[in-house]
Amino acid sequence: MEKIQIKNQSTLLGIDVGSTTIKVVLFKKGNLVYSTYERHYSMVRRKALEIVKRLKDEMEDEDIYIAISGSAGLGLVKENNIPFVQEVYATSELVKELAPQTNVVIELGGEDAKVIFFDKSGCDERMNGTCAGGTGAFIDQMATLLNVSLEEMDQLSLKSTRIYPIASRCGVFAKTDIQPLLNQGAKKEDVAASIFQAVCNQTIAGLAQGKRIKGNVLFLGGPLTYNLGLRKRFVETLHLKEECALFPSYGTISVALGTAFYASKQNKSFTYNEIINLLEKAINAPLDISTTSPLFKDKEEYKEFVKRHEKDTVPSENIKNYQGDAYLGIDCGSTTTKLILIGENNQIIYTYYSSNKGNPISIVKEVLEDIYNNCADRITIKGSAVTGYGEELIVNAFHVDKGIVETMAHFKAAKHFNPNVDFIMDIGGQDMKCFKVKNNSIDSILLNEACSSGCGSFLETFAKSLGYSIQDFASLALFAKKPVNLGSRCTVFMNSSVKQAQKDGADIADISAGLSMSVIKNALYKVIRAHDASELGKEIVVQGGTFLNDAILRAFERELGCNVIRPNIAGLMGAFGAALYAKSLGLEKSSLINLDDLIKFTHKSTMTTCQGCTNHCHLTINTFNGKDRFISGNQCEKGSGIYSSNQKKPLPNLYEYKRSKLAELMQEDKEEGKFTIGIPLALGMYELAPFFVTLFSELGFRVILSPFSSKPLYQKGQYSIPSDTVCYPAKLMHGHISTLIEKKVDAIFYPCLTYNVDEKMAINHYNCPVVAYYSELLKGNMEELEKVKFLYPYLNINSQKELTKEMIKVFKDIGFSFSKKEMGSAIAHANAKYVSWMNDIRNKGEQILEEASRDSTKRVMILSGRPYHIDPEINHGIDKLANSLGFIVVSEDAVPLQKEKLKINVLNQWTYHSRLYNAAYYATKHKNVDLVQLVSFGCGIDAITTDEIKDILESKNKLYTQIKIDEITNLGAVKIRLRSLLGALEERGE
Amino acid sequence: MGKEFQENRIIFTKEMKKEYTILVPTMLPIHFEIMLSYLQTFGYKFDLLTNSGQAVIDAGLRCVHNDTCYPALLVIGQMINAIETKNYDTHKIALLITQTGGGCRASNYIALLRKALKKAGYEYIPVISLNFSGLESNPGFKITLPMIPKMLYTVLYGDLLMMLRNQCLPYEKNKGETSSLIDKWTKILVQQMSSSSHSYKKVLKNYRLIIDDFAHIEREKVKKVKVGIVGEIFVKFSPLGNNNLEDFLVSEGAEIKVPGLLGFVCYCVYNSIIDYKLYGINKKTYLAYKMIYNLILSKEKDMIDIIKEEGTFSPPLPFDTIASLNEGFVGSGAKMGEGWLLTAEMIELIKEDVPNIVCTQPFGCLPNHIVGKGMMNPIKKKYPNVNIVAIDYDSGASKINQENRIKLMLANAKEKL
Repeated sequence: MEKIQIKNQSTLLGIDVGSTTIKVVLFKKGNLVYSTYERHYSMVRRKALEIVKRLKDEMEDEDIYIAISGSAGLGLVKENNIPFVQEVYATSELVKELAPQTNVVIELGGEDAKVIFFDKSGCDERMNGTCAGGTGAFIDQMATLLNVSLEEMDQLSLKSTRIYPIASRCGVFAKTDIQPLLNQGAKKEDVAASIFQAVCNQTIAGLAQGKRIKGNVLFLGGPLTYNLGLRKRFVETLHLKEECALFPSYGTISVALGTAFYASKQNKSFTYNEIINLLEKAINAPLDISTTSPLFKDKEEYKEFVKRHEKDTVPSENIKNYQGDAYLGIDCGSTTTKLILIGENNQIIYTYYSSNKGNPISIVKEVLEDIYNNCADRITIKGSAVTGYGEELIVNAFHVDKGIVETMAHFKAAKHFNPNVDFIMDIGGQDMKCFKVKNNSIDSILLNEACSSGCGSFLETFAKSLGYSIQDFASLALFAKKPVNLGSRCTVFMNSSVKQAQKDGADIADISAGLSMSVIKNALYKVIRAHDASELGKEIVVQGGTFLNDAILRAFERELGCNVIRPNIAGLMGAFGAALYAKSLGLEKSSLINLDDLIKFTHKSTMTTCQGCTNHCHLTINTFNGKDRFISGNQCEKGSGIYSSNQKKPLPNLYEYKRSKLAELMQEDKEEGKFTIGIPLALGMYELAPFFVTLFSELGFRVILSPFSSKPLYQKGQYSIPSDTVCYPAKLMHGHISTLIEKKVDAIFYPCLTYNVDEKMAINHYNCPVVAYYSELLKGNMEELEKVKFLYPYLNINSQKELTKEMIKVFKDIGFSFSKKEMGSAIAHANAKYVSWMNDIRNKGEQILEEASRDSTKRVMILSGRPYHIDPEINHGIDKLANSLGFIVVSEDAVPLQKEKLKINVLNQWTYHSRLYNAAYYATKHKNVDLVQLVSFGCGIDAITTDEIKDILESKNKLYTQIKIDEITNLGAVKIRLRSLLGALEERGE
Repeated sequence: MGKEFQENRIIFTKEMKKEYTILVPTMLPIHFEIMLSYLQTFGYKFDLLTNSGQAVIDAGLRCVHNDTCYPALLVIGQMINAIETKNYDTHKIALLITQTGGGCRASNYIALLRKALKKAGYEYIPVISLNFSGLESNPGFKITLPMIPKMLYTVLYGDLLMMLRNQCLPYEKNKGETSSLIDKWTKILVQQMSSSSHSYKKVLKNYRLIIDDFAHIEREKVKKVKVGIVGEIFVKFSPLGNNNLEDFLVSEGAEIKVPGLLGFVCYCVYNSIIDYKLYGINKKTYLAYKMIYNLILSKEKDMIDIIKEEGTFSPPLPFDTIASLNEGFVGSGAKMGEGWLLTAEMIELIKEDVPNIVCTQPFGCLPNHIVGKGMMNPIKKKYPNVNIVAIDYDSGASKINQENRIKLMLANAKEKL
C-alpha cells in the first residue's frame, strides 16, 4: 500500500464495521501504522474487541481519539460515549483529506452501494434503498452460482467477448436472468462480465438518480478493489479517461480512514483501558431484538419429529440386484439435475442429485452411461420422461420419450405419498412453487415472483458467507434458544434484517433459526398469501431440497400449526414424478438414446442473436452429434428456424393486432420544416396516441410518435430515473423522451390526466398516479427537456368544451393561435379517430371470441393488463409465447361489455382496471376462455385488482394465473406457468 | 352507477349506534382523542386503538395482500389484532376507517378491510366509512354540516399542541415538562369537547391559555438542528408507521417540524375547487367547497395570529401561502395521495429555515414517485443547501437501514449548523 501521511499528530483509531467485514486503522504521529480488513462472521462486538486488543502495545500509553462507523457499528456505540460517524460522512472526510480533486465517489460494500457527488456547494450523497442488492454480497452469490471462486470469476470476466443483458434493478432479478444463460450454455467468461455489468448498471441507474457521473471518480470498497473486471465495466460504462478513474490502494479501508480523520476532530480522547472497558461492556449489553420461541423445546421433541417423518420413505432396491423393467425420470432444474430410475413396483433403484454446474447435458450424459453400465442385461428401460427448465433440451439431446411440465411431475410424485393430497409446496434451490389440488387436478398454481426467491440457495449462500456449511448452519437452528425475528420479505430485506440482528449482538444459531422462519413466512405470506393452515388444505405434501433441512420443515409445520408429509426423496420429487409418468405411458419400447450412441454423443453450443423481429432474442444453438440442432432462448417460433417450414397459420393475437395498428400510426409525416410535436409512446399514450396524433395533424403540425420500447431505448433514459421502485412501463418513459429529443422535435406532449376516458363502467374513471402525473416528474428530472417545449397540460378529455379551451391555451403559450372553431373541429376529428380505433379493437376481439365460442377445441387467453402491456419490451413476448402454446390471445379491452351490473368488492374507480373486472366476468361465462393477468412489478394498484380478479374467477371455478413482469427477460418461468395452466385445463377436460 | 360499490355490506344502523363500540385506528393520538371526545357527544361509543408492535404487523401481513401499501397493512392489522386480542363482544363492535375517494389506492382500504374481516371470520362486523365525498353512508353514523366547525377546532387544537410540543421538547430544562403539559391539555380539551357547548370564543381563549402555558416551560438556549418531516400521511404521523421517527430524531438532538393535519384537510377541500378550475367538473359542489375552504382559512388565521401575538413560538405558514409554493415544481392538479401538498410542504420547510427534511413513504407508494422522490432533484437544484432524505417504510425494511440514512442526513445538517 502506498504510504499514507496526515498532518494531525495525535493517535487516531478508526473502526468501520460493515455487514460482513470489519476495518480498523491506527494513525500515530501522522503515519498510518496499522490497518486491517477482515470478515467478522457476524461476531461484531467480539471481533472489534479482539482487534483493539492486538493494538495494546501501540496504544497503551496514548491519548486516543477514536470513532466508529459502519452499519453494524451502531450497536457498539449505543450506550457508551464513543463518537459515531455515518459511513458516507466518513467517506467525505476521507476525500477532503486524501483526494480533494474527486468529483464523484462510487463505493460498493458488502451490502451497501453509495455514490457521493462533490461540488462547490458541498456534497450530495446517495445510498442504495431497501430494494437494491447488486453489491458485494450479490457478487458472492453469483460466484457461487457459477461455481467459481471470486478470484476466478474476476479472471474469467476479463476474457469476455460479449455482454448479456441482465436485469440490474435487484440482485434477485439478475439471478433469474443468469440461470437460463448458464443452462443454455453461455460462456462463463461472458456471464461473469455480464454480472459485473449488471452491478455497474444498477449503481448508475439506481443511485445516480438523474445526476450524471463525470469528472474524477474515486472508486472505493472491497468489490471495487479486488475485482478488476468490475472496475473495467465501470470505466467503460462511464466513459472515463484513465486518469479520471481513481482506484486507490486504500479502497478497502477508506471508511475506516475517514473515521479516523473524523476522530481527529473530536474534543475528547480515551485511554486504551477505557476503550477496552467500553467494548467489553458492549459485548455484555442486553439484546434489543425481537425474538420468538425455539423450534424445538428439547432433544426429545426433535427425536419424535424425526421419527414421524421417517415414515414417508420410498422403498429402494440395489440396482446391482434388480432384474426387470425400469423407468427413468429426469428433472433438469435451473441449478440442479436429478435422475431417478424406478422398478416395476415403483421402488427406487438409482438416484442422482447434483448441481448442474451450468452444463446439464454433460451431466445427464455421464449419469446415463453409469445407469446403462449398471443395468447390463438384467434391466430394460421401458420408458423415460424429463421435466424442468432444461426439459426440451434434454428431450432433443437424448431422445427422451416425453417431457412433462414440472408442476404435473410434482403432483404425480406427491400423489404417490398421499393419494388424497390437496396441497403441495415445493421449495427448491432457486424457485418455489405450490399448488392446490381439487378434484384430482391442479387447481391453482403459485410460483415465486422473481422478487421473493429467498429459497434454498439463499440460505446456503448465507451460511457460507458466515463461514458455515448449510448442514451445520441448519443444525445450529434446531436448538437455538431465541430465534430472531427477521421479517418476511425478499432476500435483500432479510440481509438488512440480519445486519440489524448482528448489530444487536444476536447469536449465530438464533440468526439461523430466524432465517428458516423467514423463508417459510416468505413462502406462506408472500407467495401463497395464506391466512391459515386450513385454507391451504388438509393433506399437505412438502418437497424440494430445501425441505430436507429439518429447521425449515419444522418452521413450516409450526407456522401452519399442523403436521405435513415430507418424503425422504423430497429433493427428487420432480424426477420421481417424471419416472412415474414414464411408467404410466405404457410404452413397448423407449426411444431413449442407447449406450452405443451415448458414448459417441457430442454437444456443441453457440450463441447468436435472432434477427426475426425487433425482440432480438439471444439464441443458443445446440448441435448434437454434429447434426441435430436445437435452438433455445427464442421467444417465438421464428427463432426456432427448423420449424419455420411447417409453420401453421398463426393464431389470432390481439396484442399483435394492436401493435400493427400503432405501427401504422407511427408512419412519419416526412414533410420537413413544419413545427414538430413528439409524442412518447408510453404509459397512457398506447391508447390515446390515435387521438393526439390526429389532433395535432389536423392542426397542421408534424407529429412524431416514438417507437416501441427496447432495451437500448430504456438505457438511453435510464440515468434520469429518480425512483428505482417505480414500474418498468414508467421507467421506459425516460427513454422515449430521449429518443424524441434525438429526433429533434420542437415540442413534446404528454398531458397530465387525473381522469381518463369515462367508459361508464365504474363509479369513477381515474388514471393511476403514475400514469396521471409522470410528466411532472419528467419535467423535474430530465434536463434534456429544456431543449424543447414540453407541453403537459392538465386536461379533461371527457369534455369537448373544456378540452378546446385548454388546448387553445396550450398552443397560445407557444405562439400558435387557433380559433375555437378550428380547435373544436380538430378535436372532433381526433375524437372520431379514437372512437373508431377503440371500436375496431373491440369488434376484432368480439369477432375472434365469437368464432372461438363456436369451436370448443379452441383455447382463448384474455391476456389482461393495461394498454401499455402490449409493448414488446414490457411484455417480453408473452403474447407470442401464449400463441405458440396454442392460445388465441385477446386483450382485456376487446372483450364484450357485460350487460349486467358486475359485483365487485373493491372500489372500482380506475378506467383501465374496470376493464379487467369486465374481462374476468366474461371469462367466467365461457368454458374455453381463460384469463391471465399481467402485472408490472411495483404496480401498487394491482395489489388490489389481482385479489379481486382471482376472487371473481375462482367463484366460478375458473383458474387464475398471474404473471409479474419487470425488466426481466427470462420467459422460462412464464412458460412453466402457462404450460401448467394448459396441463390443468387438459386434466379438467376443458 | 351510484357511488355505492359494495352492495351487501353490513350497514351501521341507528340501532347499532346505541350499543356498539366503534373501534378507531390511531394515526395522530392527540388529534384523534380530542375529536372522538367531540363525536361522543352525539351518542357514539369509541375505542381509540393503541395496540402496536410486531403483533399488529403480523396480523396485517396475514390478512392483507403484502404488496398493498404499508399503512393499509398497519391500519387493518391494528384492527384485526384488537378484535382478536381484546375481549370485545364481536357482535357489538364496528370499525371506522377514512376514505378519501381519490385516485390513490388508499381509497380502497375499506374494501381491503372488509376482505380481511372476511378472511378472519368477522364478516358480520360493520365497517363505517368516514368520508366527505359522498362515498358510502350509514344511517347510524352521520357527519352533518353543523358538526364541521367543531371537528375543525379539534384539528386545530391537535396541530397547535403538536407544534408546541415539537418546539419545546428538545429544549426543556426539566425533563418531562412538555409531555405533562400535553397530557394536561389533552385531558382538558377532551373534557371540554365532551360537554356539548364549546363556543369559538372559548376556542380562542384556549389557544391563549395553552400557548401561555407552554411558553412558561423553561428552555435551554442552544442551537439545534431542525428537521422537517413530510410524506404519506400515515407514515408521516404515526409512530407505528414510521418506527418512532419523531422520538428518534429528538433523541439524536434535533428539533422537529411536522406540518400539521390541517394542511391535509385543506388540501382535500382545495382539490375539489381545483377540479372545477382545471376541468370544469364538480360545478355544483364548487361553491360549497369554496365556502368551507374560506372558513378553514379564517380559523387558521385566527390561530396563527394568536401564536404571533404571544411571540414565543413560530407559527405555521397559512395554507393559502403553502398552496402556492408548489408552483414551478408540480402542478396543483396533481392531487392523488398527498399530491402537490407534499412538494409544497417541502418548500414550506425550506422557506421556514428547515432545510433538513425526512420524506417518508410506504415502500412503492405511487404518488410519492412523482411528488416526493420525483421532486427532489428539482428542489435541490433550486435550493442547493437542502438536505433531503427519502425513507421507505415497510414490514420488512429494517430499522437500522432507515436510521443509518437519517444519521447521514443529520451529520450533514450538523456540519452546516
